[in-house]
Amino acid sequence: MKKLVISIVLLNLLAACASQKPKEMTAAPAPVAPVAAVATAPAMAAPTAMDPLNDPQSILAGRSVFYPFDISAVQDADKPLVQAHAKYLGENAARKVRLEGNCDERGSNEYNLGLGQRRADGVEKMLKLGGAKADQLTTVSYGEEKPRATGHDEAAWSQNRRTDLNYAQ
Amino acid sequence: MLKIVHTILVIWMLAQASVANAALDIEIIGAGEHQIPVALVPMGGDLELGQAINDVITGDLQRTGLFRMVNTAGKSPHETAEVNYADWQVRGAVALAIGSVNKQPNGHIEARFHLLDAVKQTELAGQAVSGGETQFRAVGHRIADLIYEKLTGDKGVFSTRIAYVNRQPKSFSLIVADSDGYNEQVALKSKEPIMSPSWSPDGIHLAYVSFETGHAAVVVQSLYANTRRVVADFRGSNSAPAWSMDGRQLAVVLTRDGSSQIYLMSPEGGGIHRITFSGAIDTEPNFSPDGKSLLFTSDRGGSPQIYQIPVEGGAAQRLTFAPGNCFSPRYSPDGKSFVFAHLTGGRFYIAVQDFQTGQMQTLTEGGWEKKPSFAPNSKIILFASEARGRGILATVSSDGRVQQHMFTKNGDAREPVWGPQP
Repeated sequence: MKKLVISIVLLNLLAACASQKPKEMTAAPAPVAPVAAVATAPAMAAPTAMDPLNDPQSILAGRSVFYPFDISAVQDADKPLVQAHAKYLGENAARKVRLEGNCDERGSNEYNLGLGQRRADGVEKMLKLGGAKADQLTTVSYGEEKPRATGHDEAAWSQNRRTDLNYAQ
Repeated sequence: MLKIVHTILVIWMLAQASVANAALDIEIIGAGEHQIPVALVPMGGDLELGQAINDVITGDLQRTGLFRMVNTAGKSPHETAEVNYADWQVRGAVALAIGSVNKQPNGHIEARFHLLDAVKQTELAGQAVSGGETQFRAVGHRIADLIYEKLTGDKGVFSTRIAYVNRQPKSFSLIVADSDGYNEQVALKSKEPIMSPSWSPDGIHLAYVSFETGHAAVVVQSLYANTRRVVADFRGSNSAPAWSMDGRQLAVVLTRDGSSQIYLMSPEGGGIHRITFSGAIDTEPNFSPDGKSLLFTSDRGGSPQIYQIPVEGGAAQRLTFAPGNCFSPRYSPDGKSFVFAHLTGGRFYIAVQDFQTGQMQTLTEGGWEKKPSFAPNSKIILFASEARGRGILATVSSDGRVQQHMFTKNGDAREPVWGPQP
């Protein structure tokens, strides 16, 4: 799952790079700039047909952050994803997201509840640093109580060590 | 924060003895170092009732692994005067239990039993035990307790209860049952997870963690009155409730001030007072029998280990130093040791450590063994385990020799906790 997210992130970065150059060349003429500015005004709260949150090609389609065993810090590979969500939330003040921390089973259930909470809180902190406001964010933990994959192996465990960004509460 | 929660997710039955079908299939593994040969003669009087009670007593004593049942076929003394001790010495019995039971006109069960020393030919105990019409199991458990105490010197725990969570694909149930699995009652049924049940010392309340409000919140429920109350519902996760020995305080774990930290509060809500001040995960508090300290799990040293702290707060002392991680500490009721789950080499084991010597003893073979708790006599430990691909309950004797595997009919059994002496 993690590799798929990384691939999506890389593809989108490449796509963004590819599309930027022509825009830079045509953005110079003055009449174009005000139109562009209005189109991206941060006050626009209602989701439109162009809402990147609904775009499966957007980096924002990634809704999970993954971790190594017993780690709660956001890993480098997931930082672009979190930063993209932070920017989106900063630009869409009416949007709220629920951060749900999860763990694999290799701890007591209560310790894992705490670890899941620490994971969710870590994503929250990074989102705030990237432009999201506190009232847009809620953090909860499910510990090991709601596993995405069952099985006593790393294939299952690696799927469960994650924080989900849940916009659909 | 007080909230009386009415929710359509909750169904529970009032605590009346329900019709007994064994909800748990129990397998015994191992045996005590010395097994006491005891002959249990089914009671006279009401013979059907006598046999039913005898089955309860036999089951109780056999599950300890400490007794060998002597064949009673062909002999049925019910009064001391009817006993021919030679019959029992020839069969190798050290002790003999006889008696009679009758139902009164009002339905009440009245039993009289005698425990005799088959070698010395003396009476070890003689007692009348009575119960309500449907209470033959309780009568049997009481007699088993008396036999166990007289022959081992330890208090019996056959009349105690346990609580645990049964997880099915679409629902979680909080179950209260006799310690042999009978008389199962559903205290809570929910679509959302339930964790960490904890008995009040008087056996009347259960505190537990419920996710019904969308995140982990601590609930206190009366098993006899029709009430339950969400007592901790702050930001993030509220969990790990543990009762003080006087029943007046709950230790809980809250993340409202940042990371998971330990607080004390009133079981009715409010009176919140913070105990730990680390930036780590401090969790799974457990009160000492003398009420003066708490054991808890903490990763403040880099990985989860067991620590002890005075109940007023202050400096925490690390207790576990074995390689791997340690979780879920609980004091033995006699205060001499504590039990915990030890994760090492990719497996969870149940271990005990003596406070005085610091010696650690691993009691199990290892697997997915979690959440240990002592029976009130400090002689048996209940824990969650796995067998045949399912979550089960298990017990191990405090010397590691005798184990039980307890299978629910369906679902995964998890989060068990032994109840207090009634």
